Amino acid sequence: MSEAKVSIKNLYKIFGRKPADMVAHVENGVSKADLLENYGHILGLNNVSIDIAPRAIQVVMGLSGSGKSTLIRHINRLIEPTAGQVVVDGDDVLQMDEAQLRDFRRKKASMVFQKFALLPHRSVIDNVAYGLKIQGVDAGQYTKTAQHWIERVGLSGFENNFPAQLSGGMQQRVGLARALATDSELLLMDEAFSALDPLIRSDMQDILLALQDELHKTIIFITHDLDEALKIGDNITILRDGAVVQNGRPQDIVMSPADDYVTDFIKDINKARVLQVSSVMGKEQGIKGPSLEANTLLEDAMQSVIDSKANGAVVTKNGKKVGTASLAAMVKAIARAEKTGDTETYR
Amino acid sequence: MSFLTEIPTMGRTDLRDFKKGIDDSFREFTFNYGEVIENFFEPLLQFMIWFERLLLAAPWPIILIVIAGLSWLGSRSWKLTVGAVAAFLVIGYLDMWEDTMATVAIISVATLLCIGVGIPLGVLMARSNRAQTIITPVLDVMQTIPSFVYLIPVVMLLGIGKVPGLLAVCIYAIPPIVRLTNLGIRLVDRDVMEAAEAFGADYRQKLFGVQIPLALPNIFAGVNQTIMMALAMVVIASMIGVKGLGVPVLRAISNQYLALGLLNGLAIVALAIIFDRVSQQYGKRLQRHREGGHNV
Ligand SMILES: Nc1ncnc2c1ncn2[C@@H]1O[C@H](COP(=O)(O)OP(=O)(O)O)[C@@H](O)[C@H]1O
Ligand SMILES: [Mg+2]
Repeated sequence: MSEAKVSIKNLYKIFGRKPADMVAHVENGVSKADLLENYGHILGLNNVSIDIAPRAIQVVMGLSGSGKSTLIRHINRLIEPTAGQVVVDGDDVLQMDEAQLRDFRRKKASMVFQKFALLPHRSVIDNVAYGLKIQGVDAGQYTKTAQHWIERVGLSGFENNFPAQLSGGMQQRVGLARALATDSELLLMDEAFSALDPLIRSDMQDILLALQDELHKTIIFITHDLDEALKIGDNITILRDGAVVQNGRPQDIVMSPADDYVTDFIKDINKARVLQVSSVMGKEQGIKGPSLEANTLLEDAMQSVIDSKANGAVVTKNGKKVGTASLAAMVKAIARAEKTGDTETYR
Repeated sequence: MSFLTEIPTMGRTDLRDFKKGIDDSFREFTFNYGEVIENFFEPLLQFMIWFERLLLAAPWPIILIVIAGLSWLGSRSWKLTVGAVAAFLVIGYLDMWEDTMATVAIISVATLLCIGVGIPLGVLMARSNRAQTIITPVLDVMQTIPSFVYLIPVVMLLGIGKVPGLLAVCIYAIPPIVRLTNLGIRLVDRDVMEAAEAFGADYRQKLFGVQIPLALPNIFAGVNQTIMMALAMVVIASMIGVKGLGVPVLRAISNQYLALGLLNGLAIVALAIIFDRVSQQYGKRLQRHREGGHNV
């Protein structure tokens, strides 16, 4: 992994009358519930440190109220932290003065919102051009750019409609095009697809992934939906009560959840569609079967092992053998028993 | 026991001196600053005189065409346009044309003045809670105090004439536009404001690009109410020298001329209805973009 694009260091956010005085309590281990009960303050973020890799999709996941929106709003400083640091491209966002911050928001970080937050009195094309107009780009240029992004998100023909005339999915395409039009490298998406119907949501995920294949932006994507997180995340951070409980690749999180909270998240997913053969690979001898690339999903791997009536597969990387995976190991991985009896705790 | 039956009072002489003190100091203020204040309002006076002359000098068919044009532009309704023209024809036929023009002149100028002062005040109130807590009670007083009470200092300061009349009308009519501008801006969707912020909009871009456009339907409701209240002040303003439909009404009251009072009163009502319907229709059209109507 190269140098981090966004580096969040020991970030605390406490809501209330005297937040600064509360940091010490939180550092001493006072929980979110106790802080509210005994000190009348709300713990938003608790010592969050994350390095976010460039040109990849970083997902932040957690239940409602876990601090996801609060965290993402620190990156473009829509919220001021109580303590900590946010560094983007080596610049400390918290040290910027008003003009620098405006410039940062105009050119370096754009945002997509859960409730779309389009300008209701402006047409689709004017909404998409909004960021450019704010920057003072001239009309010919911003019309051309906006038109381009409207086409890219599949909204050609709707340029002159008002947002209220569009369906939710189409409105969020406008939101996405608006964010892409400013050409900033950082894309902040706060539950951008959560308000959409499942089918439309899945479409939007596909659109985002297709665009990302080409654009390679640094995307910070908030969601409370694990399926969504696994589908689009290159890396996933899980928040609980404002603190990071686990941070890792989707594989790692599914294979070894850090605690019951995470276990509870992953208990209903189809692991065969997430895990790759590499995650169950070993050095076991005597396995004969098809050769499969390390990133083959277990779902496909088991199918081809069974089709060829073998007892496992030979795992390869770029065609070279790196290990073996027995059918038994594959089955065991997806059938891994839930050990907890109280999975309702966090619901 | 008299303590319980009679509320303690200040004492006759003290009270008299107290009132006299206020009167004297205000008189002194008038004496010292009356002219400065009059000079300050001079351009407004000239504008009012010019506008009234313009309305009176213009041939009546042209005025009717302008009225028809404005009604159409505002409401896009043939019924309203025809109704407005017919009302003005009847007014002219009953020989109330000149008074009506004078009233239209003062209402127009008063409305412009209220908009010019009221919207910035409303913006200020929306921006700062401090400003809101200071301005709100002042507006309450302006709306509830009997208009005769503030006519006294206005007349002391500026005498009788157009400008004091205009001020009296504005004091009475300005609160709704200030309140509704404030309310409209405060009601603007916070998510949309956050989006503007996130894309790096500065204060002016947020105010003119998001807040005012989205508050416009409310601001317009304020303008509408301001016009209505200004019309309601026409009769009282004529007591301090404002020409217009209020003058014959006053004459009718003191001489018990029923028909005169009724006709001029009805002319005021006609003006009110036309202004109200046209500005309401216009306000509605400002909200067109809110209609969903999935034409998709
Ligand atoms: N402006 C605020 N004032 C007080 N508490 C807040 C504020 N914003 C968020 N919170 C609290 O901070 C916590 C995290 O909120 P949020 O970041 O919105 O969670 P999420 O987006 O994960 O649902 C919640 O307990 C919420 O009630
Ligand atoms: Mg949220």
